[in-house]
Amino acid sequence: MSSNIYDFSTLTGSIHAWLSGMMSSGWVTFTEMVLVGLVFLLMYALLGLFLVYAERKVCAFMQNRIGPNRVGPYGIIQTIADLIKLLMKELIPIRKSDPLLFNLAPYIVIICSFLALAALPYAKGLQAIDFNIGVFYVMAVSSLSVVGILLAGWSSNSKYSLIGAMRSGAQIVSYELSVGLSLLAIVVFSGTMQLSGIVESQANGWWIFKGHIPAIISFIIFLIASTAEINRGPFDLAEAESELTAGFHTEYSGIKFAFFFLAEYMNMFIVAALGATVFLGGWMPFHVGNWEGLNHIMDYIPSAVWFFGKTFFLIWVIMWFKWTFPRLRIDQLLTLEWKYLLPISLVNIVFIAFIVLMGWHF
Amino acid sequence: MSEEIIKDVIVGENEDYIINMGPQHPSTHGVLRFEVCLKGETVKYLIPHIGYIHRGIEKMCEANTYPQIIHLTDRMDYLSAHINNEAVCLLVEDAMQVEVPERVKYIRTILDELNRIASHQLWWCAFGMDLGALTSFFYGLRDREHILDIFEESFGSRLLHSFVMPGGLMHDVHPNFQKRIKEFIKYFRKKLPEYDQLLTGNVIFQNRTKGIGYMSKETAIGYGITGPSGRGSNYSCDIRKIAPYSAYDKVQFNEILETGCDTFARYKVRMAEMWESLSILEQLVDNIPEGDFTAKMKPIIKLPAGEYFQRVETARGELAVYVVSDGNKSPYRMKFRTPNFSNLFVMNEITAGHKIADLIAISGSLDLVIPDIDR
Repeated sequence: MSSNIYDFSTLTGSIHAWLSGMMSSGWVTFTEMVLVGLVFLLMYALLGLFLVYAERKVCAFMQNRIGPNRVGPYGIIQTIADLIKLLMKELIPIRKSDPLLFNLAPYIVIICSFLALAALPYAKGLQAIDFNIGVFYVMAVSSLSVVGILLAGWSSNSKYSLIGAMRSGAQIVSYELSVGLSLLAIVVFSGTMQLSGIVESQANGWWIFKGHIPAIISFIIFLIASTAEINRGPFDLAEAESELTAGFHTEYSGIKFAFFFLAEYMNMFIVAALGATVFLGGWMPFHVGNWEGLNHIMDYIPSAVWFFGKTFFLIWVIMWFKWTFPRLRIDQLLTLEWKYLLPISLVNIVFIAFIVLMGWHF
Repeated sequence: MSEEIIKDVIVGENEDYIINMGPQHPSTHGVLRFEVCLKGETVKYLIPHIGYIHRGIEKMCEANTYPQIIHLTDRMDYLSAHINNEAVCLLVEDAMQVEVPERVKYIRTILDELNRIASHQLWWCAFGMDLGALTSFFYGLRDREHILDIFEESFGSRLLHSFVMPGGLMHDVHPNFQKRIKEFIKYFRKKLPEYDQLLTGNVIFQNRTKGIGYMSKETAIGYGITGPSGRGSNYSCDIRKIAPYSAYDKVQFNEILETGCDTFARYKVRMAEMWESLSILEQLVDNIPEGDFTAKMKPIIKLPAGEYFQRVETARGELAVYVVSDGNKSPYRMKFRTPNFSNLFVMNEITAGHKIADLIAISGSLDLVIPDIDR
């Protein structure tokens, strides 16, 4: 149904053919890996900087402020200036901390968010690795970051950090369940865990439209639970600054702090991208049934624009949460998950299984 | 290595997990230290440590003349600076039996209420931020700016304006004074419902505040809790009603009482007081009588020997001033009974058994100003 004018596989295919003409197949694989790695590194840094800037502007918008507007036009260089500042800052060693774990923690957090980027389909034919268990992989990798947070809290030798890390442990492990179950809903609908397969299954309509009410319920649960999973407000208990000064990263300075900071934003991107892929059709354009004219116009918008548009919309929603809601208390947070979200998700899954079994979805 | 960390983390022989909140901590709003003993996330007990910003104001008063003392009182509760000034002025006027012009009384009352609104606005900002609702901070500050502009126009200073002098005012108010206040009333009546939309109705906010920090009326009276915090426990303690001063006997207003006794009740009292203050302002602003801005005072103020007492209602409760004079131009002994000092020490009683996050909410709901505690 969708046209092929913006298919990235022709581009990647021609690069592959060009490289194959020059060297043996082993070297081709190696070169391609290096290229992909470089592209991801670049994308990671740029997206991180952009998201920090976007957060500042969105937050300023919510708070009747202007936001950064001094460094560069509209303050766009502000985050780069901040990055340089963080790079040059002294890394303060903490007395009686565990140096190995203390230094390892930020890397674990950042590697986890980096790994998840690889499996996301950014546009038609633009995906580094298309696992047949894509959803599962992204979930598994992004949930590993709790290890880094726990290590950071444990090894900092600070009471605030320890409380923050313990909160974060309880929080991420619990909300992992709801995120998993809400994604499972769509896996049941589409019958595949492969992210490209899930996107293809939405060619004639996104799951949030096709999946009746259960899909909408699981989308809302996904939004809530994933906001909690990435430690963002109103669920930012791990770094509740009015209670625990800065939570698990209280003792970190300079670039190590920047790693946590960057990882938080990239996790937000990953969660939003996953939500966009699974519920909102990924890079699939917006199609309405038999309206061939509209569908044709929509096809002319590049798939990457669709993907990033949806992702940034979800990111905006998550930022909106943070800047309007007060923070939950730890027991309320766990009550919300175990007494409300989890039972609702479980019942929802049963409904969806029933709908799929009866073939009621479109 | 890890064993060493465990030993260091768990302090005390009975293995109490003690955390020092402050003196530098985002939620203590100043240099206050809570020594908090935790069991998991739950607060077992809490010891407030004060004195980090003690400046000896009471002792300094003994070396200064009464007009100079006015400037020191600003620095106690800097958010009710004007009301603090007025307490000393009323005391001096009472002792010297000076009758101040009606105009002065009206302007003082207007300034009291403006100051109360500004203080409650800042409290609302900070309370929202304590609970993690960062946007409230900017909403409150945006509106507070209008009041500070009125202050700046008339007195030249925004926060610590020692504008009230014994016998009257330092100088007359700016010609725009009434117009600006009327504009502000109109503006703030539109903006105050926004506060409710942003925070009051929010389900997370209500869950965080309702039933938290229960302070019965008996506890409130026992600890000497006054002001909005006391009135949240249904304890009628408004000095403006009990012992009216300035022009408070000429205006109609309600004393806000809540029966909830919890953090949310204290929140509601302050929100309602802002509405009440607006109505007081509305009643006064058009009726400021013409006349002198000060009564005739002797160039050097000497209080007759004896003991004097005056109390006023600041934005945080009852401020009482007690002076022993030996007939000189400076007091023999001066004692301030500041509201925050009493309000602070109920913390242990009402936080025990709650979570750390509740501790922050409760200390926010008591609206502590640390320099007022330490003096």
